Amino acid sequence: MITRYMLGNEAIAHACCEADLDFASGYPGTPSSEVIDTLRFQKERDFYIEWSVNEKVALENGLGAAWTGVRSLVTMKHVGLNVAADPLMTSSYTGIKGGLVILSADDPYAHSSQNEQDSRIYAKFAKIPCLDPSSVQEAHDMMKGAYSLSEEFALPVLFRPTTRICHSKSNVELAECGNEHRTGSFEKDPKQYVVIPVHTRILHKKLNEKQNALSEKLVELKLNFAEVRGKTAVITGGIAAEYVREIIPDDVSFAKIGAYPINTEWITEFVAKHDKVLVIEELSPLIEEVVRQAAEKTLVYGKINGCVPYEGELDPASVALCFEKAGFAAKKSYKISEPVQNLPPRPPILCAGCGHRAVFYAMKKVFGKNAIYPSDIGCYTLGIQLGTVDTTICMGASITVGSGIAHSGEKNDVVCTIGDSTFLHTGIQGLLNAAYNGANMTVVILDNRITAMTGHQPNPNTGITAQGALSPVISLEAICRSCGVAFVEVIDPYDLTSMLTALKSAKETKGVKVIIARQPCVIAARRAGIKRRPLQVKTDACIGCGACVKFGCPAIEFYSDKASINELCSGCGVCADICPKGAIIPEVKK
Amino acid sequence: MKDSFDLMIVGVGGQGTILASNVIGEACLIENREVRSAETHGMSQRGGSVETHIRIDGIYGPLISPGQADLIISFDLLEALRYRHFLKDDGIIVSAKGIVVPVSAFQNNLEIPSEKWVADKLSDVKLMTLDAERIALEAGNILSQNIVMLGAASQHIPLKKDSLLEAVRRLVPKKTTEINENAFLMGYAEGV
Repeated sequence: MITRYMLGNEAIAHACCEADLDFASGYPGTPSSEVIDTLRFQKERDFYIEWSVNEKVALENGLGAAWTGVRSLVTMKHVGLNVAADPLMTSSYTGIKGGLVILSADDPYAHSSQNEQDSRIYAKFAKIPCLDPSSVQEAHDMMKGAYSLSEEFALPVLFRPTTRICHSKSNVELAECGNEHRTGSFEKDPKQYVVIPVHTRILHKKLNEKQNALSEKLVELKLNFAEVRGKTAVITGGIAAEYVREIIPDDVSFAKIGAYPINTEWITEFVAKHDKVLVIEELSPLIEEVVRQAAEKTLVYGKINGCVPYEGELDPASVALCFEKAGFAAKKSYKISEPVQNLPPRPPILCAGCGHRAVFYAMKKVFGKNAIYPSDIGCYTLGIQLGTVDTTICMGASITVGSGIAHSGEKNDVVCTIGDSTFLHTGIQGLLNAAYNGANMTVVILDNRITAMTGHQPNPNTGITAQGALSPVISLEAICRSCGVAFVEVIDPYDLTSMLTALKSAKETKGVKVIIARQPCVIAARRAGIKRRPLQVKTDACIGCGACVKFGCPAIEFYSDKASINELCSGCGVCADICPKGAIIPEVKK
Repeated sequence: MKDSFDLMIVGVGGQGTILASNVIGEACLIENREVRSAETHGMSQRGGSVETHIRIDGIYGPLISPGQADLIISFDLLEALRYRHFLKDDGIIVSAKGIVVPVSAFQNNLEIPSEKWVADKLSDVKLMTLDAERIALEAGNILSQNIVMLGAASQHIPLKKDSLLEAVRRLVPKKTTEINENAFLMGYAEGV
């Protein structure tokens, strides 16, 4: 047994190794990405691992592997589970042989996400067990046990950590990694793996028959447990359980839901022992709905009667407020402390030298502020600050939303932006559809050769796999042409003049035009040792017009009516092309 | 049961707040103490405002609620002000002197806050400021500012100086051990 101070996602990855993991796949997404990254960067790795092109692909790969009897892990963020929902919903019917754990990381407060959906609902929908850890140590322990639970019931297990588990650290007790690995072997069994109607009707019945034993097992494993201490009770789950433990008085009963489905008899018995219960959980009222059904005479407080918020994440003070609203005493009190108002905001921004900024600048120059700019999910969503992101909904939706707008009669130009990884994730179908159906739009693929925002994971455009093996880079140009696009041009975002020419030419051409703006991510380039000479401002030549400042690069500052360039400059040189006076020049060594 | 000591490390993405919090976590392991922390990852790391919560002897969740922090270590004076509502009444802020001006201020012609303006707004809290940049340069590398800050704040952290120093040694790149040891000790000297 060793103790280490580690990130939740690292502890989860370690638990998989302790459980003799054989196969891992996933698509990056905050806050889930470090699980696969931790696994793939291990010195010795005796299992297969891949970054798949999207979550559906990742889950189907993992499912195939699990059908051969090996232990598989599939990771994604909560919205990725929407993409993987199709195989998920039927994987519970077919079941699995080797343990299959699907990690879907939820993001209450949407720290880094487009919504606050609750993955626990998917587990209920698919009728599979869901594990909901409340601490880093518990995440580790639950993940380790998840594979045998999966095998015992022959069901995939949904593992649902939240941001404050994934990106929390604590002292964690770990065991040694296992070395008992299996070799997959597929045994044909059409009644199990071919879900034609005559098979699936039977499989559905079998799935339903597993549910009661499953919920009993979760109580037996003490994943769901309750302690009677008085006539009032708090029932909680996930990370909220830790906040509750911090403030709950000793004479109030406590029940924690660490796993789903909740056993009805067990919860009914617990609820009946109390006059009133308060249910505290983040996001959707899943526990609360079960408790309300179970309560006969007991009064139930929670989201449905306004004591607990439906949105955002909780913390000790907000849980104390839930207690107060429900008329429960808390062990600690929290005074209201408001942040100072009207400080200059400090939102995340594109890096100095990021090629995306230059592309957005050129797009705006050519297409103007009235053009419609559908965009997508990635670092480039930050282009909202530059006025070139008008829509973002989900992965791959820039092209599809764009073609919808273009076909609607909208008079202005439609210019979409989508990153290389997002294009490969779910962008291709949209392009194919737009080209075939004759949309009139420009698609700019922001090709930085990597999945940057989530921490530089490789994709088929990078030339290296998650295992570290070299693999031929796919051709975005060839994909676009084979989707039926005749106008495909590749440009360098650092070359402003040619970028403007290409965009103008796209503006004048009918149909779907694709411009691939290719320049490696500036962070990845720096790590690879690429150095460019930084720039400086010739102070005498600067007229203080502010054209460079409006470019929005963090390397450009402006004091006393003069621009200056700080040490963040990576030497992309785009600002030198923007300056009307030629006052920005390569740095002269002092 | 003893309450946890709750501290926050705040700054601008890229300033090394996570390494600084890792040092504290590792020092807790050295002293065989419980620790919980929560970090900012993902999109906000791109030059945005970042915060790490650390609870020494923490046994519950990692988050610190507003009005509850015993100590705030800030790598930027403006960020010290942004997070001051987390400080408890008798808490202390240890902050670097400088302000990294948010790009949004240049772009949108917002008034750029001066160090004096920010310091005035913090005049009612216990505040210690230091020129971390200068000390880090003296220690041998401007990148060691995070360790300078940790050294300067260390007398307010209920962990032994030796544990923190040992944690620094364990976590910084081997080539920079000496620089970071210097940075910690010079920051420490500034703090007492």
